[in-house]
Amino acid sequence: MEVLQIIGALITLLGSVFLLLGSIGLVRMPDVFTRIQTGTKASTLGAILSLLGIGIIYLDVAGKIFLLIVFILITNPVSSHMLARAAHYIGVKKADVTVVDELEDFENEKQKNETQISE
Amino acid sequence: MVNIILQIAGGIMLLSIILTMFRFFKAGSLVDRVIAFDVMTIISISLIALISHFSGRTIYIDVAIIYGLLSFLGVIIIARYLEKSL
Repeated sequence: MEVLQIIGALITLLGSVFLLLGSIGLVRMPDVFTRIQTGTKASTLGAILSLLGIGIIYLDVAGKIFLLIVFILITNPVSSHMLARAAHYIGVKKADVTVVDELEDFENEKQKNETQISE
Repeated sequence: MVNIILQIAGGIMLLSIILTMFRFFKAGSLVDRVIAFDVMTIISISLIALISHFSGRTIYIDVAIIYGLLSFLGVIIIARYLEKSL
């Protein structure tokens, strides 16, 4: 039993390292969209790993922990997707090194087609 | 042994909360603040799970579930408000 608990604690430590990497990325990234990306991916993995470690230590609450992990895995990408969409539509400035913006290309193409049809 | 490793993990999580607070107060736009808040709630969920280990009450996991639900609703409502003004 002791070995299993130490394995769970090490998994929790790994998850906290991922949370730290996510917040370092939040401080260092140049614009809003890259911050959304790093803040969501790294912190989702970190939270899942640290909750998994606690679930391995306390096997009797593993059901609740599993529910929480599934909940985070579903809701976190959805909320960050909506946030990035809103940031694009209210016109947040992009970084100078941005190479591709497919949503803007799509909107431009749609507008061009509509003007052609109306003509 | 288990306690020492989990204390180190809690210290690292507190350090990342402090880094996120830096971005929260020194934000370039409103969306920056919202994303910093979102990351803070995710780190807090992990910290609540650690607190349930240190205090020996596994009922705190339920608190973490409700906290995650409320933070998800808050971020969704703010994003919806920014895009279409409710």
